[in-house]
Amino acid sequence: MAKHHVSATVNGDGVEFLCATDQTLLEVLRDELHLNGTKEGCGTGDCGACSVMLDGRLVCSCLVLGVEAEGRRIETIEGMAVGQELHVLQRKFLEHAALQCGICTPGILIAARALLARNPDPTEAEVRYWLAGNLCRCTGYHKIVEAVQDAAREMRGA
Amino acid sequence: MIVASGLKYQARELKIVGTRPLRPDGVDKVTGRARYGADISLPGQLIGKVLRSPHAHARIKSIDTSAAAALPGVKAVISRDDFADMAEEYAAAGELTINFRDVTRNMMAREKVLYDGHPVAAVAATSEAIARAALKLIKVDYEILPHVIDVIAALRPDAPLLHEEQYTEGVNPRPARPSNLAKRLEFARGNVEAGFAAADTIVEREFTTKPVHQGYIEPQACLASYSEDGQAELWTSTQGHFVFRAQCAKLLQMEISKIRVTPTEIGGGFGGKNNIYNEPLAIALSRKSHRPVKMVMTREEVFRATGPTSGGHVKVRLGATRDGRITAATAELSFQAGAFPGSSVAPASMCAFTRYDLENVRVIGNDVTVNRPKVAAYRAPGAPIAAFAVESAIDEMAKKLGIAPIEFRLINAAREGTQTYYGPKLGKIGYIETLEAARAHPHYRAPLGPGHGRGIATGFWFNIGNETTAALNINEDGTATLIMGTIDVAGGSRAAMAMMVAEELGIPFDRVRPHIGDTSSLGFNFITAGSRGTFAGGMACVVAARDAIEKLRDRVARIREVPLEAVLWKDGHAVPAEGSARQFAPMSLAEIAGQAGKTGGPIAGHAELNVQGAGPGFGAHIVDVEVDRQTGSIKILRYTAVQDVGRAIHPAYVEGQLQGGVVQGIGWALNEEYVYDADGILANPGFLDYRIPVASDLPFIDTVIVEVANPNHPYGVRGCGEVPIIAPLAAIANAVENALGIRFYDLPMAPPKVLQAIDEAAAAASKA
Repeated sequence: MAKHHVSATVNGDGVEFLCATDQTLLEVLRDELHLNGTKEGCGTGDCGACSVMLDGRLVCSCLVLGVEAEGRRIETIEGMAVGQELHVLQRKFLEHAALQCGICTPGILIAARALLARNPDPTEAEVRYWLAGNLCRCTGYHKIVEAVQDAAREMRGA
Repeated sequence: MIVASGLKYQARELKIVGTRPLRPDGVDKVTGRARYGADISLPGQLIGKVLRSPHAHARIKSIDTSAAAALPGVKAVISRDDFADMAEEYAAAGELTINFRDVTRNMMAREKVLYDGHPVAAVAATSEAIARAALKLIKVDYEILPHVIDVIAALRPDAPLLHEEQYTEGVNPRPARPSNLAKRLEFARGNVEAGFAAADTIVEREFTTKPVHQGYIEPQACLASYSEDGQAELWTSTQGHFVFRAQCAKLLQMEISKIRVTPTEIGGGFGGKNNIYNEPLAIALSRKSHRPVKMVMTREEVFRATGPTSGGHVKVRLGATRDGRITAATAELSFQAGAFPGSSVAPASMCAFTRYDLENVRVIGNDVTVNRPKVAAYRAPGAPIAAFAVESAIDEMAKKLGIAPIEFRLINAAREGTQTYYGPKLGKIGYIETLEAARAHPHYRAPLGPGHGRGIATGFWFNIGNETTAALNINEDGTATLIMGTIDVAGGSRAAMAMMVAEELGIPFDRVRPHIGDTSSLGFNFITAGSRGTFAGGMACVVAARDAIEKLRDRVARIREVPLEAVLWKDGHAVPAEGSARQFAPMSLAEIAGQAGKTGGPIAGHAELNVQGAGPGFGAHIVDVEVDRQTGSIKILRYTAVQDVGRAIHPAYVEGQLQGGVVQGIGWALNEEYVYDADGILANPGFLDYRIPVASDLPFIDTVIVEVANPNHPYGVRGCGEVPIIAPLAAIANAVENALGIRFYDLPMAPPKVLQAIDEAAAAASKA
């Protein structure tokens, strides 16, 4: 079957790609657009490693088809830092040692940024429940929660 | 004879070790730039996929790959016929031992399939879709055999037999019949009969645990490229690239020098990436197709065919006097090895009681084959299973005797000079210091809420050394590039190594750039396992740094025309020895490096060691729980992990090891288990049904770092990654007992099981 031609915006840039009907957005990002920062941990929407923003909504890109991206706006980890300037969350993750192997980190950063966009002052419980869809096997989440709360403080100017 | 090499601990003032700089691999990891196994690609690469057994146990009568091979886009198909059979030959792999006869059969089934997920054939095709279609065209004719999943069932005389030629090792005389009991180990000391006779109180209990998976978030992934002149390149996510190289060479009958393995960034390992799976298949497919071949496992494949640790059955018997002295201790541990022998029952047996100074001990370990995936190491392999049983029994004994659990442990605590029942006397250790730090922690005395319970448990792990190499290149501008041979298995060992080297050289941390070398850039390194990364890897880096410093001093001695002894190294400079008659203007590292070409050529330090003298680690955990009596759900309210790490090079990363290990232990205690159906098929091969802890399950995990320096490391490092997973299972069971008055002997303490126990206890109470 012929592939579909899809036009979308990724991290502010217009992109065009061909994708098979059953190809997921995650596969498109990684295999067609060569944006490897978005990770696959399960392929079934259970681990959150492939989290991206689709028209401002947090999604697991393994549960979205590539063809669904037509005309839509996608944001991935590659667009999080602006030039040499890391996003506050990225900096806080480094400062708080909130990552170890790092495979879950892009997804958690995307999810955490989505949280702080909705709720600039989340409680510990709110951070924990928001990130409950992002599995991390290394850290026990302790330093991740600290980093997100500290980033929120700095972003609020508190 | 093993020739030990290494440096001794020296207490001194430190500038960098003990601080918290940012990890060198950090920016790449927060920007998505870091390259993991699945992120490496080559032009023209094919995609390799594996056909796996749908049966728990079956004889392979025939495999017909002709239709698959004929499918357009399929470039190679392999099965058992593409690999040489291997004789029995043992090799070390992490804390466990492998047998090449079994490794080749686990990588690709030969006579039989032995578990759901066992590889039977593999294909390489121009796309994943074609590869998957090709798998469906492979015809395998199976004769289905009865299977056995449970470890106790596997030991019955009428149990289905996995290996017809398996006669129990370690039993004299050799058994007349083969069985699933692959090996029986015994460790003993003193006279346990006399010990029990001297006891006032005896506790005797049986415990079971389910297999749990390491649960790294990155599935195994590799890329192989085999060239027409017989050279292979392999990129893979591994804890031991040199060991993978050796195993691939053996299995593919290649020379070691013809395989170059580049370790990618690793997305979690925890022991689960100590073993080869797809790597030799990818090389074989590349050899056959003349194209690079990439193989990435799905999560389902990870669960069905890699990892898990053993499920275990442990019988424990303890005897103690009224005043709290343990007079005898015995245990029998039966571990599922999976489809092939070689579980972690040996280290588990050695760890079982090695927190206590005991006169009379006997531990028996049974290594049992069952129709499950071959187990892999998982963080302190086996020790959590043994500790769940022993530390639960210790808690019960303390309660019976009316002695506080920490006091009871202190009365019996192992200390420097304690004779173990498995061999050595313990050297300088910090178990008592760890217990005392736990007792002094505010958590220990904090009031408990109504219905809440508190539990305490402790853990011991050996830590290991072994073959380790490093190279330190002093660059022309006075910076240093460190090539290390151990893998940074996520814990931040690149940071720790660079910190130790910067401390040695006397230059800022960010002027030392660490990289993991591929197998062509350094001599052999053992797998990064056994908490050896920062201990043994650190030793090699410090030895390499001191080697470089000696060469730097030598250059200055020649430039300044003074004897070598007149040149000291201090704060990044060659300076004249105090009181020496031969004074000279100090030279900085950058000045010396800048002239290196003219003074003898580039300057580098090297270390090629077999590191010995690992310092055992001990942990003591305190946990508070709340049990929901309506749902049976257990909530962790507060957790404190205290551990002697020898010396924390980077305290934040040590805390991270403790927190991560504890949470894996919480998952083991409360949720995680492999569930098999009646046909021996894994029923929960995904993160939805195999539930690892998520952020909302947990509180903050408090950590207390105790530092009793390891005398056999220049900075006192013991290693810290494994101890923290040992105590949580028992600590939580003890806390639940404290909350409910019900002790659980079977993990996980999942809500249905807990609820049933609560209901049964209520029914029994109402009858009474």
